[in-house]
Amino acid sequence: MQNPRTLYDKHIDSHTICTLDDEGHVLLYIDRQVLNEYTSPQAFSGLRDAGRKVWNPAAHLAVVDHVNPTAPNRIEVMPDEGGARQVAYLRQNCQDFGLELFDIMDSRQGIEHVVAPEQGFILPGMVVAAGDSHTTTYGALGAFGFGIGTSEIEHLLATQTLVYKRLKTMRVRVEGALGLGVESKDIIMALIREIGASGATGFVIEFCGSTIDALSVEARMTICNMAVEAGARGAYMAPDRKVFDYLADKPMAPKGDVWQQAVDKWGELKSDDGARFDRTVELKASEIRPMVTWGTSPDQSVTIDDLIPDPELLEIPTMRRDAQRALSYMGLTAGQPIKGVAITHAFIGSCTNARIEDLRAVAAVVKGGRVAPGVRAMIVPGSTEVRAQAEVEGLAEIFIQAGFEWRQSGCSMCLAMNDDVLKPGDRCASSTNRNFEGRQGAGARTHLMSPAMVAAAALAGHLTDIRKGV
Amino acid sequence: MQPFNRVSGTAAPLLAANIDTDVIMPKQFLKGIDRNGLARGTFFDQRFLEDGTPNPQFILNQPAWGDVSFLVVGPNFGCGSSREHAVWGLQQLGIRALVGTSFAGIFYDNCQRNGVLLIQLESHQLERLGETISNPERNKIVIDLPQQTISLADGESLRFEIDSLRKASLVKGLDAIDSTLERAELIRQFQQQHWRDNPWLQR
Repeated sequence: MQNPRTLYDKHIDSHTICTLDDEGHVLLYIDRQVLNEYTSPQAFSGLRDAGRKVWNPAAHLAVVDHVNPTAPNRIEVMPDEGGARQVAYLRQNCQDFGLELFDIMDSRQGIEHVVAPEQGFILPGMVVAAGDSHTTTYGALGAFGFGIGTSEIEHLLATQTLVYKRLKTMRVRVEGALGLGVESKDIIMALIREIGASGATGFVIEFCGSTIDALSVEARMTICNMAVEAGARGAYMAPDRKVFDYLADKPMAPKGDVWQQAVDKWGELKSDDGARFDRTVELKASEIRPMVTWGTSPDQSVTIDDLIPDPELLEIPTMRRDAQRALSYMGLTAGQPIKGVAITHAFIGSCTNARIEDLRAVAAVVKGGRVAPGVRAMIVPGSTEVRAQAEVEGLAEIFIQAGFEWRQSGCSMCLAMNDDVLKPGDRCASSTNRNFEGRQGAGARTHLMSPAMVAAAALAGHLTDIRKGV
Repeated sequence: MQPFNRVSGTAAPLLAANIDTDVIMPKQFLKGIDRNGLARGTFFDQRFLEDGTPNPQFILNQPAWGDVSFLVVGPNFGCGSSREHAVWGLQQLGIRALVGTSFAGIFYDNCQRNGVLLIQLESHQLERLGETISNPERNKIVIDLPQQTISLADGESLRFEIDSLRKASLVKGLDAIDSTLERAELIRQFQQQHWRDNPWLQR
């Protein structure tokens, strides 16, 4: 009998074309790739220079998301020369190589990791790679997704494969019921704080447990999305009935007999009893509270009712220096309560937290309220379809009434590659995934938290505890 | 890809943890469609002051580290965004190898694909190396990939480990796509069987 295998083993085994050496390298077949305008240009240029074709054009989906403006009135023209050149080149590449493109005026346009699941482009059991680190998102669908660089995009376009080395496995089990006001974002932020920003470097993470089972598919995506902030090169969950129901009516999902055949097979996608993991981490849902970052790395966080930690208490000198530098960059003082820190901006968006359920949670907080004076509050939906859905449900009206800017879809101020950029010293409550120095603009300060917590901060004008009401 | 054999040069210490690719290559330098012109963007916010002049505090602006071939870095270097521009920029700045205790996964692969050698050492070895090269008189090292050694200016030699597949491709400067396409028929056969087993996968 075969040894018990993890679901990760099953994903890799079922996609291994051949082994390449006795040190664990394999040639791995990749089912799908999503492309964007900013990490793909040089890959296509490489194909052109070498006179190569795309192996299987239907395996790729291209989206414009990183550089486009998100102003409420969508127009086709990119305002800056660089962005315009990238979008024009993507268009040209998709045309010349025969790839499907959701261009800027397409009703299916949006952030790649929101769009691909929304369209049913990603299915359980698939191995997916894309030129964006948050490709880990797809693990929530029972697929295995991971980020790659531009040279690998080119390799994947040309060969439908990647040279791959199997990683170590970490199982993260979360058990119990979450408290009121605690969201899936808080689970992943609590994990990142616990294991550190490189705690899962060299690992893939399997998430399991009753807390995960109870989450919606979209909430699970937030967790897999941010697993990369702990260094994980992939994150996944066993797909269940919720996943199949989520996918059933998606445009690109299989239909009819093939659908039933697929669901039968997808039901087997789970780790075997007794499968061995290199590391196990257990979290109790009841102990997780709303999280906020205070520093410039996603693991520098506290619970909203806690004090900003004192770097002097850190034993390792380099860690002490890093924490001191982070505090100085953030303009904060050790020992200060994180609650009450005044903000200038509130941003709800990104592939982490801008799906329809996120916007519903935000609407529930802001309904009837008003953005605090002096705060610029923006909502950038994860996709153009999410935007349309929020308008149908009346959420957009609630946001606008409360004084939020209701914008078009794109990556926007998560990484500020477009014109949504903060100024030095601006302080932003943000539903995004990275609080790096300069991430949202040179000298700008980012506090990561759940979308509901961002909404509460926008109304209060400072970081506040969602559990205490607004 | 430029082969990597025995390379000597100056090494600079950048020992903070979690130096991310946003810091290595800020967003305003990501708007190109080719790989060129990224040297100026590399570590831009740290290398230059607001008026555009070099920041004298930053190590790579100091005379002893002006012409640098290697970086000795803190844990989890290259975390964050997948942007390969970070590697292209480092390369255009003259960097041939980075030495640290741990690197982020995507960054690690990106370096490999561009012929930039990443060396992982044990913490005590890295401390030793970092201490030595922080002295401007002793910041020259020699990295010998075939021998898997780093020679320090004080005569000490550190041995490092590397996968033989990675080593071979760096030493020879191989094109990864050419190597893979030698197996095109095998890939085609696998794909056919994979689609037969999972008919919903074929679009």
